[in-house]
Amino acid sequence: MPHPWIPNSYVKSELMKELGISSILELFRDIPRELLLMEYPRVGYGSPLTEYQLTRVFSELMKKNTYSYKLPPFLGGGVCFHYVPSVVRHIAGRSELYTAYTPYQPEVAQGITQALFEYQSLVADLYGVDVVNASLYNGSTALAEAIRMAVRVTGRRNIVLPRSLHPEIVEVARTWSEPVGISIHLVDYDSETGRVDLSKLEDCVRKNKPAAVFIQTPNFFGIVEVELRKIFEIAHEVGSLAAVYEDPIFTGILEAPGRLGADIVIGDTSSIGSGLNFGGPSAGILGIRDPEEKLLRQLPGRLIGYTKTVSGEDWGYVMVLQTREQHIRRERATSNITTNSALEAIKAAVYLTLLGSEGLRKLGEAIAGRTEFLVEKLVDAGLELTFSRGTHLREVLFKHSKMAELRSFLKEQGIYIGPLAGRFYSELSDCGLVCVTETHSKQDIETLSNLVREFLQVRA
Amino acid sequence: MRNFRQAKWSEPLVYEVSRDRKEGVLIDSEFRDYTVKFFNKLPEGVARRELLPIPSLSEVEVIRHFMRLSQMSYGVDFGPVPLGSCTMKYNPKICEELSGDREITEAHPYLDDDSVQGILEVIYILQKWLSELVGMDVCSIQTPAGSAGEFTGALMIKKYHVDRGENQRDEMIVPDSAHGSNPASAVMAGFKVVRIPTDSRGNTDLEALRAALNRKTAGIMLTNPNTLGLFEEYIIDIAREVHNAGGLLYYDGANLNGIVGYVRPGDMGFDVAHLNLHKTFAAPHGGGGPGAGAICARGVLTDYVPVPIVDYDGRKYYLKYDVPKTIGRISWFYGNIVPAVKSFLYIATLGPQIREVAEISTLNTNYLLKKLSSLSGVDLVYGYGRWRKHEFVVSFEKLYKETGVGAEDVAKALLDRGLHAPTILFPLIVPEAHMIEVTETETKENLDRLAEAYKEIIATAHTDPAEIKKSPRDTSIERLDTVYGNLPKNVVLTYRSLVKKKRET
Ligand SMILES: Cc1ncc(COP(=O)(O)O)c(C=O)c1O
Repeated sequence: MPHPWIPNSYVKSELMKELGISSILELFRDIPRELLLMEYPRVGYGSPLTEYQLTRVFSELMKKNTYSYKLPPFLGGGVCFHYVPSVVRHIAGRSELYTAYTPYQPEVAQGITQALFEYQSLVADLYGVDVVNASLYNGSTALAEAIRMAVRVTGRRNIVLPRSLHPEIVEVARTWSEPVGISIHLVDYDSETGRVDLSKLEDCVRKNKPAAVFIQTPNFFGIVEVELRKIFEIAHEVGSLAAVYEDPIFTGILEAPGRLGADIVIGDTSSIGSGLNFGGPSAGILGIRDPEEKLLRQLPGRLIGYTKTVSGEDWGYVMVLQTREQHIRRERATSNITTNSALEAIKAAVYLTLLGSEGLRKLGEAIAGRTEFLVEKLVDAGLELTFSRGTHLREVLFKHSKMAELRSFLKEQGIYIGPLAGRFYSELSDCGLVCVTETHSKQDIETLSNLVREFLQVRA
Repeated sequence: MRNFRQAKWSEPLVYEVSRDRKEGVLIDSEFRDYTVKFFNKLPEGVARRELLPIPSLSEVEVIRHFMRLSQMSYGVDFGPVPLGSCTMKYNPKICEELSGDREITEAHPYLDDDSVQGILEVIYILQKWLSELVGMDVCSIQTPAGSAGEFTGALMIKKYHVDRGENQRDEMIVPDSAHGSNPASAVMAGFKVVRIPTDSRGNTDLEALRAALNRKTAGIMLTNPNTLGLFEEYIIDIAREVHNAGGLLYYDGANLNGIVGYVRPGDMGFDVAHLNLHKTFAAPHGGGGPGAGAICARGVLTDYVPVPIVDYDGRKYYLKYDVPKTIGRISWFYGNIVPAVKSFLYIATLGPQIREVAEISTLNTNYLLKKLSSLSGVDLVYGYGRWRKHEFVVSFEKLYKETGVGAEDVAKALLDRGLHAPTILFPLIVPEAHMIEVTETETKENLDRLAEAYKEIIATAHTDPAEIKKSPRDTSIERLDTVYGNLPKNVVLTYRSLVKKKRET
């Protein structure tokens, strides 16, 4: 049966005549008979849907989502409720961009290659590194790829990760690494500051001489790792690479990790233009500080470079260093990555240029200020800080024997906090994350703290 | 024919649009006093002191810059993009619109299952539909793209053998026609790659396969129809022989479009398959992603899929973490949900008529192939007289020898005619290759236009090859020198290094 999305289904017989066939099945003649399905597949809703039927079906499904944000959600856990400006959505909606393929024909794709070159440039500036690739899938796979890159560069097979790294990223790192004989060593956090335990880190690094030492700042508990320079030194002393996972949204207020000595930087664009999307998509950031060019040839992912035209009269942008990639190097490639997250990278470039240097600083400050205010209000309302000696940024881990009940109580009012830390750390079973972003007003935070106080006074 | 001209804005890099300090978006300073408190707590050297060296533009400047860039790009909404292996079909607008629902884009991944029953149900139904279409027991959409699916599948095969104490199975067989991501994924999962050739009919060489099978064989990664667009005629024998040797079969689903709804990898004997939702199932490609993938498994591999996966307990949908032999998490959270929702909407719309996709994409392929194969200088190399499925590959080696005009030149000449070029120089087993996939969404007029353009370019190549070599000229930029930008001393990957280079010269 013809369908509007399939234009030639209306002129099938004309094309068949051209081929001299009387049945479409003749084209499938070389397929073993027993493999051909006699019946139509049981997918969809029995027959094609009209657009208005589809809209109905979908809106019925979406009505089954019972969440409704009375206030911007206070949910954290690595990705938070950040605003995505209208301009970003507008550019991402341009179908010249979203219906294009990877720029294999750069002459008709200068818009995409230039925008990706700008993304690489902007993000390299944020982190203070030399090179950033044109994106990986997301922050978790970017870190897993960074592990493999470090192993290739150093020839070592141990990796040190902090326990305060996002637990789902740790899981991804294990899945990607352990089956090929890479050993992951976890280092505990300090129970008072929430930061990585420096002496344990030092011991672990000295003992294992890893390919790379990773750190996350702010870490999964929302704690700023204030001794990055020292951590990078510990890594470098034994010839390990120093790698840091940092949300790009803080690069306006925190010193660039590249300038502190990091060799590898990792992040995710969820906060700078991708949004939440129930966890995906976003783009994974991977960059290197590489003064001696030891890492570049081992860097996975697409890279856009600058080149001249054949006539030498003009300049443009093309994919370069493709000999690292699967389509050229096959089994000797640095990675299998093919489709990545180009459009999310372009969205990040759009948001970063909208913000500019001042805007990115202000955004970081707006979040830092709200974090301080949140801590003051919620401690006043009766919650305890899990890490009273740490500096919090955006996410705060609070402790209370009735934390789970508090979370349910708030959820009933359309106010969302979490996740509970017990889900990932058995020793933190009475703790939960609360997250604030630029979207929260003073009143929102006060409403939250009043409800927390009410709950703790009446129910706990 | 040659009345195409792409926009050319000579747009400066965003750093050079303006040097003035402006704001493109307002950020409040309501919490200034608290911000000061925050900074007071930070030890020396932690806070950034200098401003970031990035541009600061106003909203209108940002819009104009990126709108101009968007005009210097070419996608399916503007004309055919016959890139073989990429399945560049039309992306229905209703799927774009509905998947952009804030209900989805603003959903936090750590909302409780009971709060997001609608989204989970959509994922669950999609998992079921995809399982039905590939003939497998289970599908997960946690893989962010096709290659991630290959890696996942290879890890599943690896763990299966290890669990059975067969650690020696460390060889993955990959035909020479395979996409580069197949061998790359196999190696990432710790396998050695054993390459086997393609026979003259375009099938995997059965003799070579038999010779490659032994007690070290972990499995085989196959694309069927393969990258020549040809269906493996002896797939049932291949599956039997590989299984008999104790190996498993991996199905690269990038080429499902020409058979979807007609033939299922599970029925062919494959144990695990990936799907590219941004190919067969109409999620857009985004100029290089994000796409979305699915990893599907059957029989012995069912319990190895990554976690979590969406399940239904009779009352509610939930994220299930309890999969007995799971390889673990391949990516954080649950996959690329927004593109996956587009695929849900796409399948929902077509329903059982998704078969029409296979029929017309295959019909379109052979219609265009017939028009091209009669042109002089064009050759098929493999599988003469066989029908292709989703795509076909032609070689311009003869034309190159006769005129000096090769596959790349022909591709660039197509650009000047307002068409996108196909995939070129792949698969590697075909010299001077054009790999052409027009999909079911191309019109007869455009297929004729493509054929006419090829005909005219080939004719010109014979009479005036220099003319073809000058193309493209009507694109935003003339032909780029891809070698120059790769020379170690010329590699420039950021604005900062560009400025440095310019200062030096
Ligand atoms: C045959 C084949 N296999 C695998 C892939 C990889 O898929 P993806 O780009 O989604 O990672 C592709 C496409 O790029 C392909 O054409």
